[in-house]
Amino acid sequence: MKLPPFNKRLESIEPSRIKIDFTKLKDPEVLSLSIGEPDFETPWGISQAGIEAIQHGYTFYSDDAGLPSLREEISSYVKRHYGLHYEAKDEVLVTVGASEAIDLTFRAILNEGDEVLIPMPSYISYGPLVTLLGGVVKPVVIKEDKKFRLQPEDLEKAITPKSKILVLNYPHNPTGAILEKEDLERLAPVIKKHNLYVISDEIYAELTYGKKHVSMASLPDMKERTIYISGFSKAFAMTGWRLGYVCSSKEIIAHLRKVHQYAMLAAPTISQFAAVEALKNNEGETYKMRDAYDERRKYLVQALRDIGLSCFTPEGAFYVFPSIKKTGLTSDQFVTQLFDKEKLLLIAGNGFGEAGEGYVRISYAYSLDKLKEGIRRISKFLKEI
Amino acid sequence: MDNTKVVKILELLEKDSSLTDEEIGSLIGEKAADVTAEVKRLTKEGFICGYQAVIDWGKENEEKADALIEVKVSPQKDKGFDAIANDIAKFDEVSAVYLMSGSYDFAVMLERKTMKEISKFVFEKLATLPSISGTSTHFILRKYKDHKIVMGEGTKDRRVERIL
Repeated sequence: MKLPPFNKRLESIEPSRIKIDFTKLKDPEVLSLSIGEPDFETPWGISQAGIEAIQHGYTFYSDDAGLPSLREEISSYVKRHYGLHYEAKDEVLVTVGASEAIDLTFRAILNEGDEVLIPMPSYISYGPLVTLLGGVVKPVVIKEDKKFRLQPEDLEKAITPKSKILVLNYPHNPTGAILEKEDLERLAPVIKKHNLYVISDEIYAELTYGKKHVSMASLPDMKERTIYISGFSKAFAMTGWRLGYVCSSKEIIAHLRKVHQYAMLAAPTISQFAAVEALKNNEGETYKMRDAYDERRKYLVQALRDIGLSCFTPEGAFYVFPSIKKTGLTSDQFVTQLFDKEKLLLIAGNGFGEAGEGYVRISYAYSLDKLKEGIRRISKFLKEI
Repeated sequence: MDNTKVVKILELLEKDSSLTDEEIGSLIGEKAADVTAEVKRLTKEGFICGYQAVIDWGKENEEKADALIEVKVSPQKDKGFDAIANDIAKFDEVSAVYLMSGSYDFAVMLERKTMKEISKFVFEKLATLPSISGTSTHFILRKYKDHKIVMGEGTKDRRVERIL
Protein backbone atom coordinates (compact mmCIF):
# COMPACT_ATOMS: atom_id res chain seq x y z
CA MET A 1 0.00 0.00 0.00
CA LYS A 2 1.30 3.40 -0.90
CA LEU A 3 0.04 6.14 1.41
CA PRO A 4 -0.54 9.64 0.09
CA PRO A 5 2.54 11.85 0.49
CA PHE A 6 3.43 13.53 3.75
CA ASN A 7 3.81 17.24 4.26
CA LYS A 8 6.42 18.58 1.84
CA ARG A 9 7.93 21.03 4.28
CA LEU A 10 8.27 18.32 6.89
CA GLU A 11 9.97 16.08 4.36
CA SER A 12 12.38 18.91 3.53
CA ILE A 13 13.64 19.09 7.10
CA GLU A 14 16.88 17.17 7.40
CA PRO A 15 17.11 14.71 10.25
CA SER A 16 18.87 16.17 13.26
CA ARG A 17 22.62 16.31 12.87
CA ILE A 18 22.83 15.24 16.47
CA LYS A 19 23.06 11.53 15.92
CA ILE A 20 23.13 9.19 18.82
CA ASP A 21 23.23 5.45 18.36
CA PHE A 22 20.89 4.63 21.18
CA THR A 23 21.65 0.90 21.03
CA LYS A 24 25.29 1.55 21.96
CA LEU A 25 24.24 3.41 25.08
CA LYS A 26 23.18 0.19 26.79
CA ASP A 27 26.84 -0.66 27.32
CA PRO A 28 27.41 0.01 31.05
CA GLU A 29 30.88 1.38 30.27
CA VAL A 30 29.42 4.20 28.21
CA LEU A 31 29.42 7.60 29.89
CA SER A 32 27.19 10.28 28.45
CA LEU A 33 27.71 13.97 29.15
CA SER A 34 25.20 14.94 26.53
CA ILE A 35 21.82 15.34 28.18
CA GLY A 36 20.34 18.82 28.30
CA GLU A 37 18.10 18.43 31.31
CA PRO A 38 18.77 18.80 35.04
CA ASP A 39 20.11 15.71 36.79
CA PHE A 40 18.20 16.72 39.91
CA GLU A 41 14.82 15.23 40.64
CA THR A 42 11.96 17.70 41.07
CA PRO A 43 12.17 19.10 44.63
CA TRP A 44 9.92 16.94 46.76
CA GLY A 45 7.65 19.74 47.97
CA ILE A 46 6.72 20.50 44.36
CA SER A 47 6.07 16.86 43.54
CA GLN A 48 3.88 16.57 46.63
CA ALA A 49 1.75 19.48 45.44
CA GLY A 50 1.20 17.54 42.21
CA ILE A 51 0.29 14.41 44.13
CA GLU A 52 -2.15 16.38 46.30
CA ALA A 53 -3.79 17.83 43.19
CA ILE A 54 -4.54 14.28 42.06
CA GLN A 55 -5.72 13.26 45.54
CA HIS A 56 -8.11 16.21 45.65
CA GLY A 57 -9.51 15.36 42.26
CA TYR A 58 -8.06 18.21 40.21
CA THR A 59 -7.86 15.99 37.17
CA PHE A 60 -9.90 18.18 34.81
CA TYR A 61 -8.90 20.67 32.13
CA SER A 62 -7.85 24.01 33.57
CA ASP A 63 -8.72 27.42 32.10
CA ASP A 64 -7.24 27.41 28.62
CA ALA A 65 -4.79 30.19 29.54
CA GLY A 66 -3.78 28.34 32.70
CA LEU A 67 -4.92 28.26 36.33
CA PRO A 68 -5.61 31.85 37.45
CA SER A 69 -3.57 31.20 40.61
CA LEU A 70 -0.60 30.10 38.52
CA ARG A 71 -0.85 33.09 36.20
CA GLU A 72 -0.85 35.34 39.27
CA GLU A 73 2.25 33.59 40.61
CA ILE A 74 4.03 33.87 37.25
CA SER A 75 3.17 37.55 37.01
CA SER A 76 4.56 38.16 40.48
CA TYR A 77 7.64 35.96 39.90
CA VAL A 78 8.79 37.69 36.70
CA LYS A 79 8.19 41.05 38.33
CA ARG A 80 10.27 40.39 41.44
CA HIS A 81 13.11 38.69 39.56
CA TYR A 82 13.34 40.50 36.27
CA GLY A 83 11.33 43.68 36.72
CA LEU A 84 8.76 42.61 34.11
CA HIS A 85 5.16 43.78 34.30
CA TYR A 86 2.54 41.44 32.89
CA GLU A 87 -1.14 41.27 33.81
CA ALA A 88 -2.05 37.79 34.98
CA LYS A 89 -5.45 38.17 33.33
CA ASP A 90 -4.46 38.63 29.70
CA GLU A 91 -0.69 38.93 29.33
CA VAL A 92 0.32 35.48 30.61
CA LEU A 93 -0.34 32.15 28.93
CA VAL A 94 0.59 28.79 30.48
CA THR A 95 1.87 26.31 27.90
CA VAL A 96 3.03 22.72 27.56
CA GLY A 97 6.68 23.53 28.12
CA ALA A 98 8.47 26.54 26.71
CA SER A 99 8.52 24.44 23.52
CA GLU A 100 4.82 24.92 22.92
CA ALA A 101 5.19 28.64 23.50
CA ILE A 102 7.89 28.82 20.83
CA ASP A 103 5.76 26.89 18.35
CA LEU A 104 2.66 28.99 19.12
CA THR A 105 4.55 32.19 18.51
CA PHE A 106 5.86 31.12 15.13
CA ARG A 107 2.40 29.90 14.14
CA ALA A 108 0.70 33.09 15.27
CA ILE A 109 3.12 35.41 13.49
CA LEU A 110 4.75 33.83 10.45
CA ASN A 111 3.47 33.92 6.89
CA GLU A 112 5.08 32.04 4.05
CA GLY A 113 8.43 33.57 3.13
CA ASP A 114 8.84 35.53 6.36
CA GLU A 115 12.37 35.42 7.69
CA VAL A 116 13.39 34.44 11.20
CA LEU A 117 16.80 35.58 12.40
CA ILE A 118 18.47 32.94 14.54
CA PRO A 119 21.86 33.42 16.22
CA MET A 120 23.96 30.36 15.39
CA PRO A 121 25.03 27.96 16.81
CA SER A 122 21.55 27.47 18.18
CA TYR A 123 19.30 25.15 20.10
CA ILE A 124 18.00 22.89 17.37
CA SER A 125 14.21 23.29 17.62
CA TYR A 126 13.72 26.79 16.25
CA GLY A 127 14.79 26.18 12.64
CA PRO A 128 12.59 23.16 11.87
CA LEU A 129 9.51 24.82 13.38
CA VAL A 130 10.06 27.84 11.14
CA THR A 131 10.54 25.63 8.08
CA LEU A 132 7.32 23.72 8.81
CA LEU A 133 5.40 26.97 8.54
CA GLY A 134 7.03 28.03 5.28
CA GLY A 135 9.21 30.56 7.04
CA VAL A 136 12.87 31.07 6.17
CA VAL A 137 15.70 30.71 8.67
CA LYS A 138 18.34 33.45 8.49
CA PRO A 139 21.37 32.43 10.54
CA VAL A 140 23.34 35.15 12.31
CA VAL A 141 26.70 33.74 13.40
CA ILE A 142 27.75 34.45 16.98
CA LYS A 143 31.47 34.15 17.67
CA GLU A 144 33.66 33.06 20.51
CA ASP A 145 35.81 36.21 20.37
CA LYS A 146 32.62 38.16 21.10
CA LYS A 147 31.77 35.77 23.94
CA PHE A 148 29.06 34.28 21.70
CA ARG A 149 26.99 37.42 22.23
CA LEU A 150 24.88 38.59 19.30
CA GLN A 151 26.44 41.75 17.82
CA PRO A 152 24.13 44.50 16.54
CA GLU A 153 26.20 44.98 13.38
CA ASP A 154 25.95 41.26 12.53
CA LEU A 155 22.22 41.40 13.14
CA GLU A 156 21.86 44.50 11.01
CA LYS A 157 23.69 42.84 8.12
CA ALA A 158 21.42 39.79 8.16
CA ILE A 159 18.18 41.78 8.14
CA THR A 160 16.18 42.05 4.90
CA PRO A 161 12.74 43.55 4.24
CA LYS A 162 11.31 40.07 4.85
CA SER A 163 12.83 39.73 8.33
CA LYS A 164 10.09 39.45 10.92
CA ILE A 165 11.29 37.71 14.07
CA LEU A 166 14.57 37.63 15.99
CA VAL A 167 15.05 34.64 18.27
CA LEU A 168 17.14 35.28 21.37
CA ASN A 169 18.01 32.38 23.62
CA TYR A 170 20.16 33.78 26.39
CA PRO A 171 21.48 32.26 28.65
CA HIS A 172 22.45 30.35 25.58
CA ASN A 173 22.28 26.70 24.62
CA PRO A 174 24.80 25.34 23.50
CA THR A 175 27.48 27.90 24.44
CA GLY A 176 26.49 29.04 27.93
CA ALA A 177 26.81 32.67 26.82
CA ILE A 178 24.72 35.45 28.36
CA LEU A 179 23.68 38.92 27.25
CA GLU A 180 24.18 41.75 29.68
CA LYS A 181 22.11 44.88 29.87
CA GLU A 182 24.56 46.84 27.67
CA ASP A 183 24.39 44.13 25.00
CA LEU A 184 20.60 44.26 24.99
CA GLU A 185 20.66 48.05 24.84
CA ARG A 186 22.84 47.90 21.73
CA LEU A 187 20.50 45.41 20.05
CA ALA A 188 17.22 47.14 20.89
CA PRO A 189 17.60 50.09 18.44
CA VAL A 190 18.27 47.69 15.53
CA ILE A 191 15.22 45.64 16.47
CA LYS A 192 13.03 48.73 16.69
CA LYS A 193 14.40 50.26 13.52
CA HIS A 194 13.44 47.17 11.51
CA ASN A 195 10.22 46.60 13.43
CA LEU A 196 11.04 43.03 14.43
CA TYR A 197 9.31 40.79 16.91
CA VAL A 198 11.67 39.22 19.46
CA ILE A 199 11.13 35.71 20.74
CA SER A 200 13.16 35.75 23.93
CA ASP A 201 13.52 32.18 25.11
CA GLU A 202 14.82 32.74 28.63
CA ILE A 203 14.39 29.20 29.91
CA TYR A 204 17.85 29.27 31.55
CA ALA A 205 17.36 32.69 33.19
CA GLU A 206 17.70 31.33 36.73
CA LEU A 207 20.97 29.63 35.87
CA THR A 208 23.45 32.46 35.60
CA TYR A 209 26.64 32.50 37.57
CA GLY A 210 27.74 35.74 39.11
CA LYS A 211 25.76 38.12 36.92
CA LYS A 212 22.04 38.54 37.32
CA HIS A 213 20.01 37.77 34.23
CA VAL A 214 18.48 40.73 32.40
CA SER A 215 15.49 40.22 30.13
CA MET A 216 15.09 41.90 26.74
CA ALA A 217 11.47 42.54 27.71
CA SER A 218 12.59 44.77 30.59
CA LEU A 219 14.08 47.40 28.26
CA PRO A 220 12.01 50.53 27.47
CA ASP A 221 9.48 49.98 24.66
CA MET A 222 10.54 46.35 24.18
CA LYS A 223 7.64 44.68 26.00
CA GLU A 224 5.19 45.34 23.17
CA ARG A 225 7.31 43.48 20.58
CA THR A 226 8.94 40.85 22.82
CA ILE A 227 7.50 37.42 23.40
CA TYR A 228 9.00 36.43 26.73
CA ILE A 229 9.17 32.66 27.08
CA SER A 230 10.24 30.63 30.09
CA GLY A 231 9.24 27.54 32.01
CA PHE A 232 9.74 25.24 34.94
CA SER A 233 12.00 22.59 33.41
CA LYS A 234 15.36 24.14 34.14
CA ALA A 235 14.69 26.40 37.14
CA PHE A 236 12.79 23.77 39.11
CA ALA A 237 14.01 20.53 37.51
CA MET A 238 10.52 19.80 36.16
CA THR A 239 11.20 18.65 32.59
CA GLY A 240 8.78 15.73 32.73
CA TRP A 241 5.93 17.91 33.98
CA ARG A 242 5.92 19.69 30.61
CA LEU A 243 5.11 23.20 31.74
CA GLY A 244 6.15 26.59 30.48
CA TYR A 245 4.72 30.04 29.99
CA VAL A 246 4.75 32.98 27.67
CA CYS A 247 4.25 36.61 28.60
CA SER A 248 3.73 39.48 26.20
CA SER A 249 1.40 42.31 25.31
CA LYS A 250 -2.33 41.70 25.49
CA GLU A 251 -2.56 41.75 21.70
CA ILE A 252 0.19 39.18 21.12
CA ILE A 253 -1.03 36.87 23.88
CA ALA A 254 -4.55 36.95 22.43
CA HIS A 255 -3.18 35.65 19.12
CA LEU A 256 -1.05 32.96 20.75
CA ARG A 257 -3.98 31.92 22.89
CA LYS A 258 -6.12 31.44 19.83
CA VAL A 259 -3.70 28.83 18.46
CA HIS A 260 -3.27 27.26 21.91
CA GLN A 261 -7.03 26.84 22.36
CA TYR A 262 -7.32 24.78 19.19
CA ALA A 263 -4.05 22.88 19.37
CA MET A 264 -3.62 22.18 23.08
CA LEU A 265 -6.81 23.19 24.94
CA ALA A 266 -4.84 23.64 28.17
CA ALA A 267 -1.58 22.71 29.86
CA PRO A 268 -1.67 19.74 32.30
CA THR A 269 -3.68 20.75 35.37
CA ILE A 270 -1.72 18.59 37.79
CA SER A 271 1.57 20.11 36.67
CA GLN A 272 0.11 23.56 37.11
CA PHE A 273 -0.70 22.88 40.76
CA ALA A 274 2.86 21.70 41.27
CA ALA A 275 4.12 24.84 39.53
CA VAL A 276 2.17 27.12 41.89
CA GLU A 277 4.01 25.45 44.77
CA ALA A 278 7.31 25.83 42.92
CA LEU A 279 6.94 29.60 42.50
CA LYS A 280 5.50 30.16 45.98
CA ASN A 281 7.85 28.14 48.15
CA ASN A 282 10.75 26.64 46.26
CA GLU A 283 13.02 29.38 45.03
CA GLY A 284 15.57 28.16 47.57
CA GLU A 285 15.71 24.86 45.70
CA THR A 286 16.60 26.71 42.51
CA TYR A 287 19.49 28.42 44.25
CA LYS A 288 20.77 25.12 45.65
CA MET A 289 20.79 23.59 42.19
CA ARG A 290 22.35 26.69 40.69
CA ASP A 291 25.16 26.56 43.26
CA ALA A 292 25.80 22.92 42.39
CA TYR A 293 25.93 23.71 38.66
CA ASP A 294 28.26 26.60 39.37
CA GLU A 295 30.73 24.35 41.20
CA ARG A 296 30.72 21.89 38.33
CA ARG A 297 31.09 24.70 35.80
CA LYS A 298 34.17 26.05 37.52
CA TYR A 299 35.63 22.58 37.81
CA LEU A 300 34.95 21.69 34.19
CA VAL A 301 36.33 24.88 32.63
CA GLN A 302 39.52 24.61 34.68
CA ALA A 303 39.90 20.88 34.02
CA LEU A 304 39.40 21.30 30.25
CA ARG A 305 42.03 24.02 30.15
CA ASP A 306 44.37 21.89 32.25
CA ILE A 307 44.19 19.07 29.69
CA GLY A 308 44.85 21.52 26.88
CA LEU A 309 41.47 22.44 25.37
CA SER A 310 40.63 26.09 25.01
CA CYS A 311 37.30 26.77 26.62
CA PHE A 312 35.08 29.83 26.64
CA THR A 313 33.91 30.57 30.20
CA PRO A 314 30.15 30.06 30.18
CA GLU A 315 28.18 32.40 32.43
CA GLY A 316 24.81 30.69 32.20
CA ALA A 317 22.84 27.49 31.42
CA PHE A 318 24.63 24.17 32.09
CA TYR A 319 26.85 23.64 29.09
CA VAL A 320 30.48 24.24 28.25
CA PHE A 321 31.45 24.60 24.61
CA PRO A 322 35.18 23.95 24.30
CA SER A 323 37.01 24.40 21.02
CA ILE A 324 38.55 21.25 19.57
CA LYS A 325 40.08 23.01 16.57
CA LYS A 326 43.67 22.44 17.68
CA THR A 327 43.19 18.67 17.48
CA GLY A 328 42.82 18.96 13.71
CA LEU A 329 39.65 16.89 13.88
CA THR A 330 36.21 18.02 12.82
CA SER A 331 33.53 18.08 15.50
CA ASP A 332 31.98 14.93 14.06
CA GLN A 333 35.32 13.11 13.96
CA PHE A 334 36.17 14.17 17.50
CA VAL A 335 32.84 12.99 18.91
CA THR A 336 32.78 9.74 16.95
CA GLN A 337 36.36 8.78 17.76
CA LEU A 338 35.96 9.76 21.41
CA PHE A 339 32.92 7.55 21.61
CA ASP A 340 34.59 4.61 19.86
CA LYS A 341 37.82 4.77 21.84
CA GLU A 342 36.75 6.02 25.23
CA LYS A 343 33.01 5.35 25.27
CA LEU A 344 32.29 8.96 26.16
CA LEU A 345 29.35 10.64 24.48
CA LEU A 346 29.45 14.40 23.81
CA ILE A 347 27.51 16.40 21.22
CA ALA A 348 29.31 17.72 18.14
CA GLY A 349 29.11 21.50 17.90
CA ASN A 350 27.92 21.45 14.29
CA GLY A 351 24.77 19.68 15.50
CA PHE A 352 23.75 23.20 16.50
CA GLY A 353 24.38 24.60 13.03
CA GLU A 354 27.48 24.95 10.87
CA ALA A 355 28.65 27.81 13.08
CA GLY A 356 29.24 25.24 15.81
CA GLU A 357 31.89 23.41 13.78
CA GLY A 358 35.14 23.12 15.71
CA TYR A 359 33.40 22.83 19.06
CA VAL A 360 31.77 20.17 21.23
CA ARG A 361 29.06 20.60 23.80
CA ILE A 362 29.48 19.10 27.24
CA SER A 363 26.56 19.20 29.64
CA TYR A 364 27.32 19.61 33.32
CA ALA A 365 23.93 18.38 34.42
CA TYR A 366 25.92 15.45 35.80
CA SER A 367 27.47 14.62 39.14
CA LEU A 368 31.01 15.75 39.77
CA ASP A 369 32.14 12.12 39.76
CA LYS A 370 30.89 11.68 36.23
CA LEU A 371 32.46 14.92 35.08
CA LYS A 372 35.78 13.85 36.57
CA GLU A 373 35.57 10.54 34.77
CA GLY A 374 34.65 12.37 31.55
CA ILE A 375 37.72 14.60 31.86
CA ARG A 376 39.89 11.53 32.47
CA ARG A 377 38.60 9.97 29.25
CA ILE A 378 39.00 13.15 27.15
CA SER A 379 42.51 13.59 28.49
CA LYS A 380 43.44 10.02 27.55
CA PHE A 381 41.88 10.49 24.11
CA LEU A 382 43.80 13.72 23.48
CA LYS A 383 47.09 12.02 24.32
CA GLU A 384 46.45 9.24 21.84
CA ILE A 385 45.39 11.21 18.76
CA MET B 1 40.38 32.34 53.25
CA ASP B 2 36.95 33.67 54.12
CA ASN B 3 34.74 31.61 56.35
CA THR B 4 32.08 30.69 53.77
CA LYS B 5 34.80 29.10 51.64
CA VAL B 6 36.20 27.20 54.62
CA VAL B 7 32.71 25.84 55.35
CA LYS B 8 32.41 24.98 51.65
CA ILE B 9 35.63 22.94 51.83
CA LEU B 10 34.26 21.01 54.78
CA GLU B 11 30.95 20.42 52.99
CA LEU B 12 32.70 19.19 49.87
CA LEU B 13 34.93 16.81 51.81
CA GLU B 14 32.01 15.58 53.89
CA LYS B 15 30.25 14.67 50.66
CA ASP B 16 33.28 13.26 48.86
CA SER B 17 36.55 12.91 50.73
CA SER B 18 38.29 11.62 47.60
CA LEU B 19 38.36 15.13 46.09
CA THR B 20 41.89 16.38 45.54
CA ASP B 21 43.01 19.81 46.68
CA GLU B 22 43.22 20.84 43.01
CA GLU B 23 39.63 19.79 42.43
CA ILE B 24 38.40 21.56 45.55
CA GLY B 25 40.36 24.61 44.47
CA SER B 26 38.67 24.74 41.09
CA LEU B 27 35.24 24.15 42.65
CA ILE B 28 35.51 27.06 45.06
CA GLY B 29 37.79 29.31 43.01
CA GLU B 30 40.92 29.14 45.21
CA LYS B 31 44.47 27.95 44.56
CA ALA B 32 45.22 24.29 45.30
CA ALA B 33 48.06 25.27 47.63
CA ASP B 34 45.70 27.42 49.72
CA VAL B 35 43.25 24.54 49.96
CA THR B 36 46.06 22.22 51.09
CA ALA B 37 47.05 24.67 53.82
CA GLU B 38 43.45 25.11 54.93
CA VAL B 39 42.75 21.36 55.07
CA LYS B 40 45.92 20.90 57.10
CA ARG B 41 44.77 23.53 59.58
CA LEU B 42 41.27 22.08 59.79
CA THR B 43 42.72 18.65 60.49
CA LYS B 44 45.13 19.95 63.09
CA GLU B 45 42.37 21.85 64.87
CA GLY B 46 40.14 18.79 64.91
CA PHE B 47 37.40 19.91 62.50
CA ILE B 48 38.32 17.07 60.16
CA CYS B 49 38.50 13.93 62.26
CA GLY B 50 39.03 11.26 59.60
CA TYR B 51 38.09 10.03 56.14
CA GLN B 52 35.84 7.07 55.36
CA ALA B 53 34.05 5.51 52.41
CA VAL B 54 30.26 5.21 52.57
CA ILE B 55 29.46 1.57 51.93
CA ASP B 56 26.10 0.01 51.28
CA TRP B 57 26.64 -3.12 53.35
CA GLY B 58 23.10 -4.19 52.58
CA LYS B 59 24.46 -5.33 49.20
CA GLU B 60 26.72 -7.85 50.88
CA ASN B 61 23.77 -9.80 52.28
CA GLU B 62 25.78 -10.76 55.32
CA GLU B 63 24.09 -11.90 58.52
CA LYS B 64 24.94 -8.69 60.26
CA ALA B 65 22.95 -5.70 61.32
CA ASP B 66 23.31 -2.18 62.60
CA ALA B 67 21.70 -1.22 65.89
CA LEU B 68 20.73 1.92 67.70
CA ILE B 69 20.70 1.50 71.46
CA GLU B 70 18.89 4.03 73.59
CA VAL B 71 20.67 4.35 76.90
CA LYS B 72 19.37 5.92 80.10
CA VAL B 73 21.91 6.85 82.71
CA SER B 74 21.92 8.16 86.28
CA PRO B 75 24.92 10.44 86.58
CA GLN B 76 26.79 10.04 89.84
CA LYS B 77 28.34 12.75 91.93
CA ASP B 78 31.74 12.59 90.34
CA LYS B 79 30.73 10.92 87.08
CA GLY B 80 28.80 13.21 84.73
CA PHE B 81 27.51 12.62 81.20
CA ASP B 82 30.88 13.22 79.56
CA ALA B 83 32.64 10.62 81.68
CA ILE B 84 29.92 8.02 81.07
CA ALA B 85 29.93 8.74 77.34
CA ASN B 86 33.69 8.26 77.23
CA ASP B 87 33.33 4.89 78.97
CA ILE B 88 30.81 3.80 76.34
CA ALA B 89 32.84 5.19 73.45
CA LYS B 90 35.87 3.16 74.50
CA PHE B 91 34.19 -0.11 73.55
CA ASP B 92 35.50 -1.26 70.22
CA GLU B 93 32.03 -2.36 69.07
CA VAL B 94 30.64 1.15 69.31
CA SER B 95 30.72 3.22 66.15
CA ALA B 96 28.98 6.36 67.44
CA VAL B 97 27.75 7.87 70.70
CA TYR B 98 25.46 10.90 70.85
CA LEU B 99 24.05 12.77 73.87
CA MET B 100 20.34 13.22 73.19
CA SER B 101 17.50 15.41 74.38
CA GLY B 102 14.20 13.66 75.10
CA SER B 103 13.25 10.43 76.79
CA TYR B 104 16.70 8.87 76.90
CA ASP B 105 20.24 10.17 77.34
CA PHE B 106 22.60 8.52 74.86
CA ALA B 107 22.15 7.04 71.44
CA VAL B 108 24.78 4.36 70.89
CA MET B 109 25.30 3.05 67.37
CA LEU B 110 26.68 -0.37 66.50
CA GLU B 111 27.46 -1.32 62.92
CA ARG B 112 27.79 -4.67 61.15
CA LYS B 113 27.38 -6.92 64.14
CA THR B 114 25.65 -10.27 64.42
CA MET B 115 22.62 -10.58 66.71
CA LYS B 116 24.79 -12.51 69.12
CA GLU B 117 27.45 -9.84 69.16
CA ILE B 118 24.86 -7.13 69.76
CA SER B 119 23.12 -8.92 72.61
CA LYS B 120 26.43 -9.86 74.17
CA PHE B 121 27.54 -6.25 74.03
CA VAL B 122 24.33 -4.97 75.62
CA PHE B 123 24.14 -7.54 78.41
CA GLU B 124 27.75 -8.06 79.20
CA LYS B 125 29.30 -4.70 78.58
CA LEU B 126 26.86 -1.83 78.40
CA ALA B 127 24.33 -2.86 81.05
CA THR B 128 27.04 -3.63 83.56
CA LEU B 129 28.38 -0.08 83.62
CA PRO B 130 27.44 1.29 87.04
CA SER B 131 25.75 4.50 85.89
CA ILE B 132 23.46 2.90 83.35
CA SER B 133 19.85 2.55 84.43
CA GLY B 134 18.28 1.14 81.25
CA THR B 135 18.71 0.30 77.58
CA SER B 136 16.43 -0.24 74.62
CA THR B 137 17.87 -1.79 71.45
CA HIS B 138 16.54 -1.08 67.96
CA PHE B 139 17.75 -2.88 64.87
CA ILE B 140 18.21 -0.91 61.70
CA LEU B 141 16.43 -2.93 59.04
CA ARG B 142 17.59 -1.13 55.94
CA LYS B 143 19.43 2.05 55.03
CA TYR B 144 17.99 4.19 52.28
CA LYS B 145 20.19 7.20 52.68
CA ASP B 146 23.35 7.61 54.71
CA HIS B 147 25.80 10.50 54.89
CA LYS B 148 23.58 12.32 52.39
CA ILE B 149 24.01 9.53 49.87
CA VAL B 150 20.90 7.78 48.57
CA MET B 151 21.53 4.06 48.31
CA GLY B 152 20.42 1.45 45.81
CA GLU B 153 17.77 2.39 43.26
CA GLY B 154 17.85 6.01 44.35
CA THR B 155 21.12 6.60 42.53
CA LYS B 156 19.92 5.56 39.09
CA ASP B 157 19.90 8.16 36.33
CA ARG B 158 16.37 7.98 35.01
CA ARG B 159 16.87 10.45 32.20
CA VAL B 160 16.49 9.34 28.61
CA GLU B 161 19.09 10.14 25.94
CA ARG B 162 17.50 12.52 23.49
CA ILE B 163 18.54 14.48 20.47
CA LEU B 164 17.18 17.74 21.87
